[in-house]
Amino acid sequence: MAIMANVLGLIFANMHESGISDLTKVRTLASVPFGGRYRLIDFTLSNMVNSDIDNVGIITKDNYLSLMDHLGGGDEWDLSRKTGGMHLLPPYGNSTGLYRGRLEAMAQVKPFIENSNAEYVLFSDTDVVANIDYRPIVDYHESTGADLTVVYGRGNFTTEQTMTKTVLAINPDNQVYDVLIHPEISGEHNVSLNIFVAKKDWLLDIIREAQSRNLYSFEVDVLQKKLHEIKVMGYKYDKPFFQIDSMDTYFKSNMKLFDKKLRDVIFNSDSPIYTKVRDDAPAKYGIDSEVKNSLVADGCVIEGSVENCVLFRGVKIGKGAKIKNCILLQDTVVGEKAEMNYVITDKDVGISDYRSLAGTETYPVFVNKGAVV
Amino acid sequence: MKHVKKECVAMLLAGGQGSRLYALTKDMAKPAVPFGGKYRIIDFPLSNCVNSGIDTVGVLTQYQPLVLNEYIGNGHPWGLDRVHGGVHVLPPYESSFGKSWYEGTANAIYQNISFIDRYNPEYVAMLSGDHIYKMNYNKMLKFHKAHNADATIAVLEVPWEEASRFGIMSADENNVIYEFAEKPAQPKSNLASMGVYIFSWQNLKKHLIANENDEGASKDFGKNIIPAMLAEGNKLVAYHFEGYWKDVGTIDSLWEANMDLLNPNIPLDLHDPNWRIFSRNPVMPSHYAGEHSSIQNSMISEGCDIEGTIDFSVLFAGVVIEPGAVVRDSIIMPNTVIKKGAVVEYAIVGEDCVIGENVRVGARPEAIEDKETWGVAVIGHGVTVSDNSEIKPKAMVSESI
Repeated sequence: MAIMANVLGLIFANMHESGISDLTKVRTLASVPFGGRYRLIDFTLSNMVNSDIDNVGIITKDNYLSLMDHLGGGDEWDLSRKTGGMHLLPPYGNSTGLYRGRLEAMAQVKPFIENSNAEYVLFSDTDVVANIDYRPIVDYHESTGADLTVVYGRGNFTTEQTMTKTVLAINPDNQVYDVLIHPEISGEHNVSLNIFVAKKDWLLDIIREAQSRNLYSFEVDVLQKKLHEIKVMGYKYDKPFFQIDSMDTYFKSNMKLFDKKLRDVIFNSDSPIYTKVRDDAPAKYGIDSEVKNSLVADGCVIEGSVENCVLFRGVKIGKGAKIKNCILLQDTVVGEKAEMNYVITDKDVGISDYRSLAGTETYPVFVNKGAVV
Repeated sequence: MKHVKKECVAMLLAGGQGSRLYALTKDMAKPAVPFGGKYRIIDFPLSNCVNSGIDTVGVLTQYQPLVLNEYIGNGHPWGLDRVHGGVHVLPPYESSFGKSWYEGTANAIYQNISFIDRYNPEYVAMLSGDHIYKMNYNKMLKFHKAHNADATIAVLEVPWEEASRFGIMSADENNVIYEFAEKPAQPKSNLASMGVYIFSWQNLKKHLIANENDEGASKDFGKNIIPAMLAEGNKLVAYHFEGYWKDVGTIDSLWEANMDLLNPNIPLDLHDPNWRIFSRNPVMPSHYAGEHSSIQNSMISEGCDIEGTIDFSVLFAGVVIEPGAVVRDSIIMPNTVIKKGAVVEYAIVGEDCVIGENVRVGARPEAIEDKETWGVAVIGHGVTVSDNSEIKPKAMVSESI
């Protein structure tokens, strides 16, 4: 077994934001709220902690105020450590400006990687919601002697879905022999979960070379262009996962959490998903409340009827309101007798009394942060 | 180590057994008993300290301290993991003079004089670990200073007929206390002590040492220290508190205080962002209300999974209510499972219990002819009740059946 103290974790907080621009206008992808009380980064960060990776760098780009607020000193993930722990790595002020891809991002934090005593680096985006043990992945990487290991999942996808994903062609020995970025191909495919393992020294060589050639995209300039010079192995992750790369997957993935079996896998109590503590009081149900098939976080006060909804912390539902198929982010306040169907409200939204809002399953209505409707 | 001076240090008495909570305090001290869906009783005085700007708290433990010690930990959930001060658990200890348990509230503080002296405080707040209330001790400290008092005792006006259950203060129109009576049969006042005191430290220290050297003393604040201060002509003043305060030392009062949280007319707002009650939060997902669940007038915490019917109840984190199960007017503590078809009414069910299928626990008062035999049913922590059995009202179950 690999010694996980030997693994440095790197998280890219800002990747894949364009697919879900409504929610990333005011925040990083990493800080997009998910599942009633989490932010997307909680899954990657908790997976690292639960896999004994206790030295983690989080690379940010812009819009990272909410992320800093969420992470604080890392205590809630048990990453406020004497040695190692969590390090937030904001963009460094240099002439290249904001990074354009993972390679350039890593180049900007190169001293952080160089200073680490780790032998391996596990680097990941925050678009995947899953409860993954990274230890067997590092073991696998060690045992295959690969230069790079990429974690993938297999599933059936529509053309629309593959257009936001990286599709991998993998031979029976699990070696990756072709990489397609955002292809339009439907059917059963292997998709990259954007989780990679490499030796630190190998990765640093790649970063230095990229710097000298002004290359910035890890996927294009390494995974695709160098595929036949290096050994890239695929590690198949065969447990449930959600990849959040569009409003459609965001909406549907939240709704899938109503399935207890899936919830028990994602929120496995032996490898819990940590998040920021808000010290809200338990949810309060009023006399005429009626709630079915919904996830409700602490701090909610419900006096109306709620069905198939995810209510984040501090949401208030007024008397006689009827809310169906909605995702209401933190501190949304819904007035009396308001009605909503297929609506996503961002944080701090107010819905006035008697207001009625409806979207459809394929196009839920989105209400911007802080808006009063 | 150099200790930074603190104006006020709080000492929280958390060593009591709470014997009148029976099965609920078999394995934990009363301040560690779960309350209000996600809290333990001690969260209230601890959060009051933090919200009042008191950052140095000694927690005196003695009876079954394991759960409490683990819960308090380094104090991080309350923001009490501080470089200077913070929360310190203070168990009885052995010294070159021998070993001794805490023999009374005054003796407990006496044994920790050196802890208090390290911070060289002007004032010491003495608090109980078994009351539910939100109070700004800083306002009380200002009152203490403005009156140039030796001791300030927080008082609450109670109904006259209940006054004989409390420590009763008689005070003049300037709030100066001239008489104190512990649970008087014929109360002369209805100002009840809330068990919240602020003392000027040097004077208190003198009294604690004198009391310790008095062979016949029972080493108790109410019985010795307060009367001795009055006898010596110290200035004791009454600080009037208005708001919700409840001693949760009995099954009935613990049940009532939880139910009070469901009553919109009771002024104890746990949702107030300016006076949060902090607690060690469970790491669990949001609670799930199922397709066939019915939940009304209740408080439900994270991690719960509810498929049954819940009415007028408080559910703690991680409680599972299976389909067809009914919980009414009850308190279900963390991680307990109520199986299919079970009916729980007017009950307190402890942590980590399993209530089997079709079990009946407790009953509504109107369903019982002889009111003397009715009361809240209590199931202690970790108890498994096998399928189809019945737990009568007022029953106290501490072993699996």
